[in-house]
Amino acid sequence: MAEARARAADYLVRRHYFRLSEALPWLLMIAAFFLFPNRMTFGSQVLIMVLFALSLDLILGYAGIVTLGHAAFFGVGAYTVALASMLLDWSEPISGIIAGGLLAGLVGAAVGWFILRYRGLTLLMLTIAFAAMLQESGNLRSDITGGYDGLPGLMFDPVLGTFQYDLYGHTNYWYVFGVLAVIFYFVRRIIYSPFGQALTGIRENVRRMHAIGSPVHRRLVAVYAISAAIAGVAGGLFTQTNAYVTLTVFDFDNSAKVLVMLILGGTGRLYGPFLGAAVYMVLEDYFSKLSPTFWQLGIGLLLVLTVLFARRGLLGLAEDARGLFKRGDSAPSAPRRMVWKPEHWNSLGMSALDGAVIGFIAGFAINMKQVEFMTTFVTSAPARALIFTLGGAAVAAGINAVYLLVTSRTSVEEQTS
Amino acid sequence: MPQFAIIAVSILFDGLAYAMFLFITSVGLSVTMGLMGFVNLAHGAFAMAGGYIVVSLTRSYGIDFVPSLLIAGVTVGLISIRFERRLYRQLYKATDLEQVLLTIGLAFMAIAMFTYFYGPIPKSVPLPDWLEGDVNLGFRSFPTYRAFLIAIGAVLISVLWYGFEKTNIGAKIRAAVDNRRMAESVGINVDLLFTLTFALGSALAAVGGGLAIQLFGLTPSFAVLYLVLFLIVVAVGGLGSLKGTLLAALVIGIIDTGGKYAFPVAGNLFIYAITAVVLLIKPTGFFGRE
Repeated sequence: MAEARARAADYLVRRHYFRLSEALPWLLMIAAFFLFPNRMTFGSQVLIMVLFALSLDLILGYAGIVTLGHAAFFGVGAYTVALASMLLDWSEPISGIIAGGLLAGLVGAAVGWFILRYRGLTLLMLTIAFAAMLQESGNLRSDITGGYDGLPGLMFDPVLGTFQYDLYGHTNYWYVFGVLAVIFYFVRRIIYSPFGQALTGIRENVRRMHAIGSPVHRRLVAVYAISAAIAGVAGGLFTQTNAYVTLTVFDFDNSAKVLVMLILGGTGRLYGPFLGAAVYMVLEDYFSKLSPTFWQLGIGLLLVLTVLFARRGLLGLAEDARGLFKRGDSAPSAPRRMVWKPEHWNSLGMSALDGAVIGFIAGFAINMKQVEFMTTFVTSAPARALIFTLGGAAVAAGINAVYLLVTSRTSVEEQTS
Repeated sequence: MPQFAIIAVSILFDGLAYAMFLFITSVGLSVTMGLMGFVNLAHGAFAMAGGYIVVSLTRSYGIDFVPSLLIAGVTVGLISIRFERRLYRQLYKATDLEQVLLTIGLAFMAIAMFTYFYGPIPKSVPLPDWLEGDVNLGFRSFPTYRAFLIAIGAVLISVLWYGFEKTNIGAKIRAAVDNRRMAESVGINVDLLFTLTFALGSALAAVGGGLAIQLFGLTPSFAVLYLVLFLIVVAVGGLGSLKGTLLAALVIGIIDTGGKYAFPVAGNLFIYAITAVVLLIKPTGFFGRE
């Protein structure tokens, strides 16, 4: 007992220490500069999305606020920087993003104060409605905001008064890298502070937090404002690095995209946004060039698979994989073997049925598109339909059988008890 | 009749037609959300699928518009059962976020597949002669198709109202929406009930999608373009409430039509403003349960 308590105390003291493995993402970001010096315009966009996803992680991953309108704050920051440069001739970049962040934070605090009393669908709809209202109001005054055509050709002063922008985006990359590092340090401090602990408490059990007297609403509004400010900084960087901005920054797509990045990397962990945004952006860059339609299918599939098989994101998957090889800490695991249960037959039958439906639809579609390979290979249409239906059933049942073999291994003790 | 009154009647008429489309498409979403608390963002994809089935049936197979609507509804309803049993069922106990992600993923996949097969160009549908042209109401003539939409909406509302309020199965659904665990403990098979309402809701969405072609044209982005609108109707009306959904559809349909007539530049600003105001005052919507 005493030993367990000492271990727990030790954990609490040490858990916010920097670990050596935490240097890895930063080293990779530096390495990326030397490996792909010609792709740094893209690289700085990736880092901006990392920052945006990090801001979402703070409210979604730690405080459990589900939002589909986070692009609102990204947009506020982006337009603050753009309009300040255009109307006030305020082109100093660093003070620009600070202004963008502050304004977005203020808007976040004001909006958050109203909407954070609600949860679930109501909150979701309010966040969507707010982002959409900003977009529509921007469109109302398209004489100032440039509407959906945007404000092109914005000019900004050199960073810190010395570093000029270059064609390859090298300055931009280091600029965004620096801002990201500073904000990351700040976010890390928040997460491991008592305030961060209170947020996790709200996420896990809001009633209990009320019961122990935690000012839940105030804390939620505070973290929402901080998150909005970080999103605003990301938006400001977006405007500065692209030198233009359009109202599409407020798009529902933009809110959904950052959510997908975060989920992909893993919510509620500091490095989830880094991995998620990088993987998403690289995949998007590659596949959307091949075919935008194909990319949309891929991202849909990615989402479905993530929710079904990797709910804790890629980092969660990595942890699980490491857990499989790591034996030392935990009790030695009991020998496991597969036991075939009657309900597995049922499951196989159902997947065969699904496969048959999918195969039939695929066959129908291939008929419609007149895909040459199949039409020359099997000439009669009913035979093709049959082949596709049966083939779909067989493939689905096969995949399911493998899945069952892998997942339904139970330990020998469990069976006997 | 004075100019003002004619404009008001026109707005009311167009708004009513729009509201009927909103109601038919959203009602299923409302009931499934009320019953299982399941946030189904793929609902718009079912509507879009219905629309494309209608396009294929009328254009490639020469079937009339109205029977095509019915076939589309039945097909999508049946297919949606497999989706519910296979995918959605696993996530009833999951968080809102996971449900949102899974279903938006499905919607993206649906958009991509329909773009591949039908192309991104808007599709139209050939209407039978009796739906073309205008009907004259004495002081002004209105498009027959919109009158037809209002009539279908009225019929569906009566049928749904009867089914919901007067039949045994409707009583079971209402019981399950009110208190799921209690309903289960008195022996109502809520799982089966849910599958049925889900299929019915998807079928209605498919019919709504077919009806919408003539109003807005049909592109694959229909699945998410109007999704926010359906969600707004559901949230403003109150989850699982038939009359709430109807009231919300009417309010949003008519105010949006009027707003777009008076201030065309404002776009959807009115809809979002109403949504925000209603939800801030009454977070569970018009007829939602606390």
